[in-house]
Amino acid sequence: MKRILYAIVPLLLLAGCREEVTIFLPEHVSVAQPEFTDIEGFYLLCEGNMGWNKATLDYYDYAYGEYVRNIFSYANPTVPKEMGDVGNDIGIYGSNLYCVINCSNKVDVLDKYTCAKKHQINIPNCRFIRFYGGYAYVTSYAGPVQINPNYEQRGYVAKIDTVTMQIVDTCLVGFQPDELEIVEGKIYVANSGGYMVPNYENTVSVIDLATFKEERRIPIAINLSWVKGDRHGMLWIASRGDYYTRPSKIYAYDTRKQQLVDSLDCRVSNMWLDGDSIYVVSTEWSYVSMSNAFSYAIINTQTREKVCDNFITDGTDKEIVIPYSVAVNPITKDIYVTDAKDYVSPGRLYCFDRYGRKKWDVRTGDIPAHFAFLGNNINER
Amino acid sequence: MRKTFVIALFVFVLTLCAHAQEGVLAHQADSVMAAVGHGRLDSMQYIQNVIIYGRRPYEDVIPAQELTGKQLEGLNSHSVADAVRYFAGVQLKDYGGVGGLKTVDIRSMGTNHMGVFYDGIQIGNAQNGQVDLGKFSLDNIEAISLYNGQRSNIFQSAKDYGSAGTIYLRTRRPKFKDGKRDNLNVSFKTGSFGLVNPSVRWEHKLSRSVSLSFNSEFTYATGKYRFRYMRHYSDGSLAWDTTAVRQNGDVRSYRLEGGVFGVMTSGKWHAKAYFYDSNKGIPGAIVNNVWKHAQRQWDSNFFLQGAYQRKFTDRYEMMFNAKYSRDYLHYLNPDTTLMYIDNKFWQDEIYLSTANKYTILTDWDVNLSVDYQWNSLDATLTGFGYPIRHTVLTALATAWTWRGFKAQGSLLYTMVNDRSSARFDGQVVGKRSAYQNKVTPAVFLSWQPWSAREFNLRAYYKRIFRLPTFNDLYYTDMGNITLNPEYATQYNVGFLYRLLTDEGLLAGVKLSADAYYNYITDKIIAVPKGTGQYRWMMMNVGIVKIRGIDVSARTTLRLPAEMILDINLSYTYQKAQDYTNPADNEDGGTYKGQLAYIPWHSGSVVGHLGWRELDVNYSFIYVGERYHTSANTRENHEQPWYTHDLSAGYLFHLGKTTLKVSAEVNNLFNQYYDVILNYPMPGRNYKLIIKFDL
Repeated sequence: MKRILYAIVPLLLLAGCREEVTIFLPEHVSVAQPEFTDIEGFYLLCEGNMGWNKATLDYYDYAYGEYVRNIFSYANPTVPKEMGDVGNDIGIYGSNLYCVINCSNKVDVLDKYTCAKKHQINIPNCRFIRFYGGYAYVTSYAGPVQINPNYEQRGYVAKIDTVTMQIVDTCLVGFQPDELEIVEGKIYVANSGGYMVPNYENTVSVIDLATFKEERRIPIAINLSWVKGDRHGMLWIASRGDYYTRPSKIYAYDTRKQQLVDSLDCRVSNMWLDGDSIYVVSTEWSYVSMSNAFSYAIINTQTREKVCDNFITDGTDKEIVIPYSVAVNPITKDIYVTDAKDYVSPGRLYCFDRYGRKKWDVRTGDIPAHFAFLGNNINER
Repeated sequence: MRKTFVIALFVFVLTLCAHAQEGVLAHQADSVMAAVGHGRLDSMQYIQNVIIYGRRPYEDVIPAQELTGKQLEGLNSHSVADAVRYFAGVQLKDYGGVGGLKTVDIRSMGTNHMGVFYDGIQIGNAQNGQVDLGKFSLDNIEAISLYNGQRSNIFQSAKDYGSAGTIYLRTRRPKFKDGKRDNLNVSFKTGSFGLVNPSVRWEHKLSRSVSLSFNSEFTYATGKYRFRYMRHYSDGSLAWDTTAVRQNGDVRSYRLEGGVFGVMTSGKWHAKAYFYDSNKGIPGAIVNNVWKHAQRQWDSNFFLQGAYQRKFTDRYEMMFNAKYSRDYLHYLNPDTTLMYIDNKFWQDEIYLSTANKYTILTDWDVNLSVDYQWNSLDATLTGFGYPIRHTVLTALATAWTWRGFKAQGSLLYTMVNDRSSARFDGQVVGKRSAYQNKVTPAVFLSWQPWSAREFNLRAYYKRIFRLPTFNDLYYTDMGNITLNPEYATQYNVGFLYRLLTDEGLLAGVKLSADAYYNYITDKIIAVPKGTGQYRWMMMNVGIVKIRGIDVSARTTLRLPAEMILDINLSYTYQKAQDYTNPADNEDGGTYKGQLAYIPWHSGSVVGHLGWRELDVNYSFIYVGERYHTSANTRENHEQPWYTHDLSAGYLFHLGKTTLKVSAEVNNLFNQYYDVILNYPMPGRNYKLIIKFDL
C-alpha cells in the first residue's frame, strides 16, 4: 500500500499544475523552393468547427517556400478570443485583407501584409464578400424577421465604405444568400434557402450597383452556393442540390443575353475560376454505397465542357479524405486543394503543378477553405 | 502507524502542490467502516448501517465504488453529476452552471455505454442515449454506486447486464426511530448563481410493514456567474484578459416524488412516481464577438415504477420490476440572426422485467432474467420516421463460490426490433423493420488467498454493445438506418485490500487498484458527407483502445479528542487512443491520438473531519492536461484544472428537532477553467444550507 501511495504522489505532481496559456506563435514549415513571381503569397482561411472558436489564418510565402500556420494571434496578441468562430470568406482589397467570420457576426479588416487588425464591421451571420469601386459588399442571412406562420427570413447585402469602414446601405435579397459576384455594373447573389429545407430558394438576385436596389430574381436551380463571373460576362453558378434525389450541378448564365444558357452535369463542392478554366472539387454522398465519391474536374468556359475528370494525375487523390476547396495560382497555374478530413482535426493543403503532380503538402488549421492571393498585377478577388 | 504517516504525508504533499490548504476530509464509509470509524453512532446511523445493509448477505464478486450518507452530504455537490466525479475512472463532461448539461463517461468508453439506474430500474433515453446527471439532485439520494462491467450479483434484471458500466442511484427509503410515525425534513439552500432551492420530505409509517414517502424540490437560479479568459505572451506578460458574466444560464425546475414501501416475510416491494419539469436557458459557447445566446430548453420527465421481490423457498427467489415513462423535450432557438428552430420530442417507454434465482447447491446459484421494453419517439421534425423499438433481453447467469474463490458468468441475449416509417408530405410511403440478435458474455472472478485477510484478487471480462440511438438512426439528414451496434470489450485485473481494527489510531483502510484494457469497435461517429458545410452521417467506423489504471484508497483515523478523520483518494491513468484512421498518422493526425477530453491523469481527494456535532469537509478534484480532439496538436490542447471545495456544518439539537446549518465554498482558489472548450465554469462560489429534521 505504501508503495502505491508513493507512486500516486509523484504521478499527481508530475501530471502538473496549470500553466499560463500563451498566445499561439506562428509555425513556419519549409515546404518548397523559393519562387519569385508577382505573387508574393496567399492567405488560407481555415473555418474551424462551429462553436469551437477556431477560425485560423495561414499564409504561404513564395519567396521563402514557407508555409506559416496560425498567424492571427501573433499579429493581434491583444484581441480577446482570437479570430472567432467559423471563417467563411476572405478577400484582399486595397491595402486590406477582409475576413468574414460567420458565427462571430463580423468582418475583420486586417492589414494585408502584417495582418494587424484595423477595423471590425459587425454583420450578423455574414457569409461572403466582394469589392467594387471603393465599396465592399457582404451577404448576410440575417434580414428582418417577418412574422408569419412559415417563418421566412430574407437575407441582405451590406454595402461598406472601405474608407470609413461603415455600412452605408443594405439591400434585401432572397433567402440565405451565399456567394455574390459583380459583373458589368450588377451584383449577382446566389440565394440558397438553406434554412428552409426542403423548400430551398432557387434564384439569383440581381442588384444594380448604381442604385443598390434589387432589380429582379432569376430562377436557376435549388440551393445555390457559388457564383463566379468570367471575362465574357458569363456567370457560373453552383447548385448544391437537395442532397438526395437532385445532385449538385453547375449552371451557366449569360448576363449579356440575360438567359440561362447551359447546365453541366458536374458535381460540385467548391470551384475556382482562373482565366477560361473552372477548377471544381466535389464530394458527393451516395446513399447506395453509403460513402463519398470524389471528383476533381476542369471546365472550359469557352466550350462549356468538362475537359478533365481528375486533374490530380499522380494518384494523390487517394490520400484526400474530404476535398473541400480549390485555388489556382494565376501565374504559375499551380493548383491548391484542401482536405477538411473529419472537420474537427487539422486539415491539409496539397499543392500540385499544372500537370496535376503533387509538389508538396502541409498541415493547416481546421477545415482549410478560403484563399486570397497577395501580390501585384493579379485580379484581386 | 506507518501507513497513517504515509497517508498524512500524501495529503500534505498534495496540499502543497495545490497551494497550502488545510486538508480535512470526509466521512468515508463503507457500511462496516462507518460503523467502526464512528465513535458515536446515533440510532439513525445505526439503522442506516445495519438494518438497510443487513448482514451483507451476498457480496458482489467485484464490489462497487460507493458514496453514501454523510460522505455524499459532505461533497458540496448539487447534482449526482458533481458527486460521481469523485469515482476513479469517471470523466464528467460539464457544460457549466446550475442547469448545464452534465454527462458521464466511464473508462473512456463513451456516455452511451453507461447505464444509469434509479431505484433499481434503468433511466432510458432512446433518443440520444445520454442521461443528463445534472438533472438529478442529491436531495433525495441516499447512495450512489458505480460498477465497472456490471454489478456482479446475479440476482438482477437483464438490463443490469446490458451496459459497459453502471451507476446506481438509490433514493432514501423511509426509516423511523422508535415510536415515531412521521419524519419531516425541510431544507433550504441559497448562494451564488442566484440559487433558491427549497425542498421538503415527509415520511409516514402506515403500519409496521408499509410506509410512505413524499419529496418535493424547487430550484431557481439566474445562472449568472463571472468567468474570465486570458492569454499571456511567451515571456509571461499579459496579452489579453477579459472577464464577463455568463448569460442565459437561468434554470427553473421542480421535482415531485412519491413512493410507497413495503416489507413482508422474506420479501419487499415498492412503487414510486416521479415528475420533473424544467425551463432553462442554454448558455452556449463563448466565442469571439458572441458573449450571449438565446436558445432555450424545456424538459419534462415522468415515470411510474414498481418492484417486488420475494424469497418463495430456500432455493427460489423472484423479483419483478415494471416501469412506464414519458419524456418531453422542447428546444427553441429564437435568435433571428440564426436558423429558427422550434422542435419538440416525446418519448414513451414501457418496461417489464422478471428475475428468478435458484440455488442449486449452497454455493451454486443460477439466475434467469427476462426483460421486455417498448420505446417510441415522436417529433415535430419534417420527414421524421416515428421509430418504435421492441427489446427483449434474456440473461442467464450463474454464481459459484468455493472457499475464497468466487466466480460468476453470464450470457445476455438481446433481441431488438426497430420499426420506422418513411414519410413524404405527411403520408406514409414506406415502412421499415430491422432486427438485431446478439449474445454477449461476461465473466467475473475473485479470489481471497488468505481467509484471515481481506485481500482479494479479481478479474473480469465482458463484451457488450450499445444500440444506435433513435437520433443515430433517424435524425433528419444525419441519421443512418443501416447502423450496427457499437461494441465494447473489457478486460480488467485488480485487487482489493481491506483492514479494520477495533482500537488504535487507524480504524480502517481500504485500498483497491485495477488495470484494464477496453476495446471499442464499430464505434458510431459522425463522418463528413457530401457537398456543403457541416453535413454529417453517422457511421460504424470508429476504433478505440483504452488502457488504464484506477486506484482508490480510503482510510479512517480515530484522532484524539473524539475526532474522526476520513480520507478518500482516487487516481486514474488512462491512455485512450483513437485507432479509427490508420492513414491519418502524419503530424497532427488522429491515429493513436488521445481521445477528446480524456486526461491521462486525474484524481480526487475527499476528506471529512468529524468532532461531536461539527463536520468539516474538504474535496479536491484534479483533471490533467487533455486535448479536445484526438488530433493532439497545440491548438487542441487543454490545460489541467483542479478545484478545492470546503464546507463546514453544525448540527443543533432543539428539543426533538435538529437543525443543521452548513456553509460551502467551492472552487476556493477561484480557478477559471473550461471542462468543454468555450464553456466557462464558475469561479469561487458559495452556498448556505439549512436543514430541519422534525
